[in-house]
Amino acid sequence: MTQMTGAKMVVQALKDQGVEVVFGYPGGAVLPIYDEIFQQTEIRHILVRHEQAAVHAAEGYARSTGKPGVVLVTSGPGATNAVTGITDALMDSIPLVVLTGQVPTFMVGNDAFQEADTVGITRPCTKHNWLVKDTDALADTIHQAFHVATSGRPGPVLVDIPKDVQFAEGTYVEPRAAKTGHYQPKVKGDKEMITRLVEAMETAERPIFYTGGGVINSGDAATQLLREFVDATGFPITSTLMGLGSYPASGKGWLGMLGMHGLYEANLAMHDCDLMINIGARFDDRITGRVADFSPHSRKAHIDIDPSSINKTIRVEMPIVGDVAHVLEDALRIWKSRGRKVNKAALAEWWAQIEEWRKVECLRYRNSDKIIKPQYALQRLEALTKDRKDRYICTEVGQHQMWAAQFLGFEAPNRWMTSGGLGTMGYGFPASIGVQIAHPDALVINVAGEGSWLMNMQEMGTAVQYSLPVKQFILNNERLGMVRQWQSLLHGNRYSHSWSEALPDFVKLAEAFGAKGIQCSDPADLDDAIAEMLAHDGPVIFDCLVEKHENCYPMIPSGEPHHKMLLGEDTGEDAIKAGGAVLV
Amino acid sequence: MAAALNIQKGTSKHSAYDLRDPNAEAVERHTLAVIVDNEAGVLARVIGLFSGRGYNIDSLTVAEVDHEGHRSRITIVTTGTPAVIDQIKAQLGRIVPVHEVHDLTVEGPSVERELALFKVVSGGDKRVEALRLADIFRANVVDSTLESFVFEITGTPQKVDAFGELMRPLGLTEMARTGIAALSRGS
Repeated sequence: MTQMTGAKMVVQALKDQGVEVVFGYPGGAVLPIYDEIFQQTEIRHILVRHEQAAVHAAEGYARSTGKPGVVLVTSGPGATNAVTGITDALMDSIPLVVLTGQVPTFMVGNDAFQEADTVGITRPCTKHNWLVKDTDALADTIHQAFHVATSGRPGPVLVDIPKDVQFAEGTYVEPRAAKTGHYQPKVKGDKEMITRLVEAMETAERPIFYTGGGVINSGDAATQLLREFVDATGFPITSTLMGLGSYPASGKGWLGMLGMHGLYEANLAMHDCDLMINIGARFDDRITGRVADFSPHSRKAHIDIDPSSINKTIRVEMPIVGDVAHVLEDALRIWKSRGRKVNKAALAEWWAQIEEWRKVECLRYRNSDKIIKPQYALQRLEALTKDRKDRYICTEVGQHQMWAAQFLGFEAPNRWMTSGGLGTMGYGFPASIGVQIAHPDALVINVAGEGSWLMNMQEMGTAVQYSLPVKQFILNNERLGMVRQWQSLLHGNRYSHSWSEALPDFVKLAEAFGAKGIQCSDPADLDDAIAEMLAHDGPVIFDCLVEKHENCYPMIPSGEPHHKMLLGEDTGEDAIKAGGAVLV
Repeated sequence: MAAALNIQKGTSKHSAYDLRDPNAEAVERHTLAVIVDNEAGVLARVIGLFSGRGYNIDSLTVAEVDHEGHRSRITIVTTGTPAVIDQIKAQLGRIVPVHEVHDLTVEGPSVERELALFKVVSGGDKRVEALRLADIFRANVVDSTLESFVFEITGTPQKVDAFGELMRPLGLTEMARTGIAALSRGS
């Protein structure tokens, strides 16, 4: 029975949970906790420049390590600034523990200075949250918070701690004494249903694995089992944006990403398959297109740890609630014990069909020797960095994000950090900071657009303060490219507010923060410029001036099914005027 | 491979959000019993789920039913297609302080009761008639003045509705209903 103050308890609980890094920003209502942080050395605190960035940095940390990210911010504006990041983590199932200060309990509800109803505001955007009114309950609550954040489908949780609770003395409890009993999501899948899936796999003529972020969240075992299963069956595999890296891009079953800007062969295979095996994906609307016409001829299995994901948008014949690693282990064992059967002849035909689709070369674009095409910039970035085993890629949100997903290959999980569900512009830069903190010697690149990047550019201060060599690879088209693309396709080329008239000089901006800036506008200089960026041991802003009117293809127009993809027959402004997008 | 371009440039009829399944099935009414930890904010979580995801609440009652275990029982009457009802149950089950979700409508026969108070202000024949009908419906008089009665009635929602309709022409001025409490029949 150890007595200590609430503030000390917070730090002790974090240590006992194995926390090494906290991302945060101090303020009045968390001063006692900051005072405790000051007086110890085990937990490292990273001072960001905005609370939203603290959450995204913690997301980057969590996604690149598989461990929960921890955030510490003050009451009121500290908490409300964190809301976007928390919502982002909820949509992408990222485990976070967010600790917020609160005005003292006797002032709660009085509209006190920097008071906000933090648990009320964050109730819909957390997996669970707590307001701790009693110091004796504080340690137990923090341990529960870690348990909830990391069990079942991971997600962000928030613990709101009034200032008087931080000052008061109470009894500390250790993690193993915490009350976590009743929240124990089911991890083992139903054996009968798994057997039905295996039977379907044995006879399927046109099977496909459709995998998502759940594989990565499940952990390394899930990745290993998935790779073994795909390679042993010879089935093709596609993945959502969230799941890239769980199966290697160089693997023989790999079709590339699917979805709105996914590869032609992946989407056509999803449409024409006769057995769809969804592993840890959720039939998101960016994936399905028009639901009524989604993969009309297939039997569908869905493996998900969250029962509410199953039958939410797409009815499936074989629902399997459980953790991906556990279910795959059972499925693989059952499939092996039944004699490793697949329909070889049909599979060969299926692959022949897929090869036909591949001949379309859906990522083709018209290159230029005068201006850098964004796709070309990413191809060169890929060529010059793909051999680095320690390469981590973050992105912002928009065209550059989709091109990065199309043109960069991921060989391992936890190497790709992008805002999938919420689509948060401003995610990538702080996420890259979190990744670099977790992997100090790794190559961390944030592929960005200038619009998104400016949303959290203040984090240059953080990058410089902690000497983080994050590479900000900005594909600068002076446009909000994806908005412009939609305006071009759907709103009669009326480019309402989708360009910036007053962009900063990114090289000078980097220098103003004490970092290195590089600008490149000539395709001939690109390789050298990228090499210069990679060679610099410190944060770099790489201002890559690219074609301003490039559209991102292939594209499933919203409200259309998979087989009605647009291909970029031609690119550039002329192509758009000529209606260069053709339906295939 | 090259078919006609189905989407028209310069039109905005293709919204990203117009993806609802047109084959919606018939709407059903279900009574759900949700056992939760009686902790601060738990009702807000349940109600927030319904409002945030656009589900209906026809009736809702909540009270602590296990003082030692700090458990409350929330009874919710909701409507939706079978797919929506399934989704509501799955979403409720996801809330951390929710222990059990029972769909009383599909789990076998159940008893549903509601308590209501009706204030009837009238005189003469109407007053006598109100009292006579209350007797037929086994409603109790829980307050009376020379001009008014307050009736207490317990029963199925249909019975309470029927009594309310009869009281309307007899001087009904106010009513309060508790919403439905429900339990499954048998053991």
